[in-house]
This record gives sequence, structure tokens and C-alpha cells, in this order.
Amino acid sequence: MRNSWTEYQKEIADDNYFYVRSCIRQNFFPGSEAAFLNIMRNDLNRDVKEEAIHTSCTGIGYHSDIVPLDTIMTVVARQFALMTEAGYENFISSCITSFGIYNEAMEMWSEFPETEERAREHLYKATGREFKKPKSIAHTSDIIFHHREEIARKAQHKLINVETGRPLRVVEHIGCHYAKIFPKTGFGGSEFPYVLAGMIESWGGDVIDYPERRHCCGFGFRNYLVQANRGYSVANSQKKFESMAPYKPDFIVANCPGCAMFLDKWQYTIAEMEGTVYGQDGQGIPVLTYEEMAGLVLGYDPWQLGMQMHQVNVEPLLDKMGIRYDPTAKYLGKNGKYIGQPADALVNNSSHIQL
Amino acid sequence: MGKYFDMLMQDVRMREGLTACMNCGVCTGVCPAAEFYDYDPRQIVSTVQTQDDDAIEKLLKSDTIWYCGECMSCRPRCPRANTPGYVIQSLRTLSQKLGFFVESEKGRQQLALKRTIGESILTTGYCVHPKLVKPAMHPEQGPVWEWIYDHDQEVYEQFTSAYQREGEGALRRIDDQSMKELRSIFEVTGGKAFFDHIEECSERKAREMGYPSANDDYFNRVYTANNGEHH
Repeated sequence: MRNSWTEYQKEIADDNYFYVRSCIRQNFFPGSEAAFLNIMRNDLNRDVKEEAIHTSCTGIGYHSDIVPLDTIMTVVARQFALMTEAGYENFISSCITSFGIYNEAMEMWSEFPETEERAREHLYKATGREFKKPKSIAHTSDIIFHHREEIARKAQHKLINVETGRPLRVVEHIGCHYAKIFPKTGFGGSEFPYVLAGMIESWGGDVIDYPERRHCCGFGFRNYLVQANRGYSVANSQKKFESMAPYKPDFIVANCPGCAMFLDKWQYTIAEMEGTVYGQDGQGIPVLTYEEMAGLVLGYDPWQLGMQMHQVNVEPLLDKMGIRYDPTAKYLGKNGKYIGQPADALVNNSSHIQL
Repeated sequence: MGKYFDMLMQDVRMREGLTACMNCGVCTGVCPAAEFYDYDPRQIVSTVQTQDDDAIEKLLKSDTIWYCGECMSCRPRCPRANTPGYVIQSLRTLSQKLGFFVESEKGRQQLALKRTIGESILTTGYCVHPKLVKPAMHPEQGPVWEWIYDHDQEVYEQFTSAYQREGEGALRRIDDQSMKELRSIFEVTGGKAFFDHIEECSERKAREMGYPSANDDYFNRVYTANNGEHH
């Protein structure tokens, strides 16, 4: 383990969090947001407050350059107002883009006080609300990281291959906006982010250090959202897959909901386009959110975690960890209703080129 | 100083993002867009630093400023504490304010972003919601997404009790009062006017290009056209 990360530390509140959701995580990984709240409230007995009246931070619009800076700062101010009104001061976000946005507002307000004054005026005029700035801002992965040893003590499964007894080999992907914009806001800064590596090490796995570890997943906002530009997005993910594949990862874990989605879906696309897969035994590399990783460690059922919503099958990883699951329950609807199942995909078969 | 440079400097991101570039090129070295496109953030910062109106206007009307993915990988690596990504954000904002964005293929895409992400924000309170990610427009999402899309209620309601309903939880319907406040924020801060301006400029450009309006064929062209000359 490198120790460089220890130069970048931040205070994390131990309890009493005000929680805001992520547009992308709730769309593609709703089980992860549910798992985070279950873990915090039921496994760790912590107080997490959610207000139904919060909205998107509008960060994807801001980084697509359609939402002006004054507008997003006022949306941020409204989220802080809801926290203030609820009597909380530890603000936690389920999204890396949002985490960057909340920190950017705080930094801009500090550097250019007139922008804070304007945000307060705009908020009051638009909503009649006022706010106090949070005492702490954290990403939800920071909270899991903070409690990682407590989770380790309650572990039902370790990140260990039960057949060989060896640690699983894990690629961690941090997400650019976790610490590249404001290095001091992330554990380990922008060069040696430790937030996911710390969880992996505490739960028994080995972290893979590979050449393109810090490269962007390729989202690039407008470079994915507009169909004409998607080559940028898949090409950058492909660069990472090519770089990590020789290290034979058992799975990828991602900090940012967008990154988790792209690293999953672009493996499907590349398999369909080129017949190439990057995992072992002719299948794709399973891509997990950190909530799913924590949930598996704590003994949650993979389908309750929502892992059936992934395009790359997770069963090879579950088998390595010795996790029991019901294969027939994977694609059932609520109350066990049969609702058909997705068509097959090359990324989950073995009849193609394997790197 | 040039007028465009003065206008750019009214944006706090320019004041934060451009101190004194020494043209070392580290930003270009780490830039995902520079690997994929014919794109060089070092050159953009260099051009902006000249404060030359003709050169900056050319940039504002070009495809070049629209290649960046705003990953901000450039920010922590710059030895002079510049942020080329912030300079790009300022250029893009000014290009839209001045109506120059419609002069390039990549710039015209702002209409698609406004009509997808922008409209989603104002109608649902989210940048993205499941029904926005139509499989026909997103073939890369694959068959599992198509299965989710076709059975959204059955799938999502396993994880949230508030799917498309009011109350706490993922993908809840955001209440009318909160939506009113969100739209009011867009009105008061100029966000709505910015959206309207993107529409007006696009409408003008669509007609100039021989389309009856900025809808249908123009929108589809904006969303899908790639002249293959960006690399």
C-alpha cells in the first residue's frame, strides 16, 4: 500500500447525515441507494435524513453547458436550505458529479463572496428560503470508507476466492470529479485516491495498480449524451479495459454511478462491435458499485442489491466469493412475478475473442 | 484588451481558471478529448491569452471548444494552477450568449442537450429519468436495459416504494411545490432565458439551413450528425 494518500485526509462526521440522491444512481442502480440507507440505518445504526422535496443538483446540465453557473449555485443553495430546515449540518451526496458541484459552489463562494451573496438573493427571491452552509460535505463512499472496519467486523463474506483462498483482484475506479477538481476533498487527493482501495483492503481483496488507473471512464457529458459523439465515450472506456485486462481483475468497483454504468455497458458494446471481452473465462468483467460490494460483504442477497440490472453478469464473482443465490429469481418482478428476461449478449457468452 | 476577453473575464471561472499559462502542454498530455479528437487545450488557452478578438471569435464559432468532456483531469496537473476546463466552460457560455454556437456542428448540439437534459430538469426535477433513456436512441445500453425499460414498474418497485409517486425514495415524483421552486430558480437566475436563447438561435439557424423549423429533421440531424472531420 502506498502511503501518499495519508497526506490527503478529511474529517468525516460519524453520524447524523442529510442525504441527497443521484439522478444516474437511482436510474441504473436503485438497489445501491436502497442498500446504502439499509447499511447505514440498520447495520450501523446511524441517522440518515432524506427529504422527499429535494431535486437534482442539475450538474449534468451544468457540465453540458446548458445550465448557467448562477442557476446551479442557487439549486445547490436550495438543497442546503432543506438541510438547514431539517436541522442537519453533515451533507452527503450519492453522486460524484453532484459532490463536485457542491464543493465547487462552496469554493466559489469562498473565493468570490459576491457569488454567494447572489445565490442567497436568488434563492430568497425564487423560494423564500435561506440556508446555512454545511459543516461537512462528503460523498456516500466517504461514509462507507469511514465505517469500513465496522463493516469488516460484521462481514459474512470476504473479498477472497473461496476455492483458492487468495484475495480477489480488484480494479477500483474513482471518477474524475471526486478529487480532480478539489484534491483536498477526497481521501488520497487526485493522485492516490484511497476511498475505494481502503474498503477493498479492509475486506480482504487486492487492489490492482494498472497504467490507466486514473484515466476518465469516458462519460464526457455531451460526449455521451449526444448520439453523434459517443465514439469518444466508448474509446476512453476501451483504453481502460485494454490496460486493466492483462492484470486479470475479478471485478471492477466504481465510485461514481456514471462510471459504473459506462464500464458495464461499454463492455457489452465492444463485445457486440468487435467480439472482444476483457474478463476471464470468456466473459466480461463484473462492474460493481461500492454499495453492492459492501452489501455482498455484509451478506445481502445480490438480487435485493439490484445486481440483475447490470449488463455484465455478476454470477462468476458471486461463485468465487461463495455467495449463494437463486438463479431462477434473478429476473423476476416484484412479488416474484415472471416478466420475461433480457436477450442474450456476447459479453456474457464465451464464443468470442478473449484478451 | 479585446472585447471578447473582457466578456470572458466577467465569468468567475475564467478568473479562477486562467492565471498565467506557460504553454507546457501537460493539460493536453492528460486530456481524454485530446487523444480522441483533433484537440489541444494548450492551444486554446494560448489563443485566449492573446486577447485577440478575431482569434477568439473564430474559437467561439468553432467545433474546437465543444470537444472537451469536462472531466477536469487538466486541473490538478497544471503547474501554474490554471484550469483549461474552466476556460472551456467560459468559452462555451459566451459562445451561446452571443449565438455563435450554431455556426459549428458540435455547437449546434446544444439544442439536443437543452431538449433532453434541460427539459427533463424542468419537467421531472431530474437530469435523467428512466423513460428518457429510450432503447432506440441508446442501443449501447443493451438488452438488460431494454428489459428494465419495458418492465420499469416491476423492476424499480423492488427497490423504491415511491417510483413515480410522491414520498421519499429513488425516482419519486417530485411534488408540485418543489417543481415550482425549481422552475422559479431557473426564471430568477437566467437559466430559463438561457434555454429560450438556445431555442431562438437554433430556430434561426435551422431556417438558414433550409429546414422549416428547429424540430424533427433539424433536431435529428443535430443529435446524430457527425461529419467525420473531428479527428
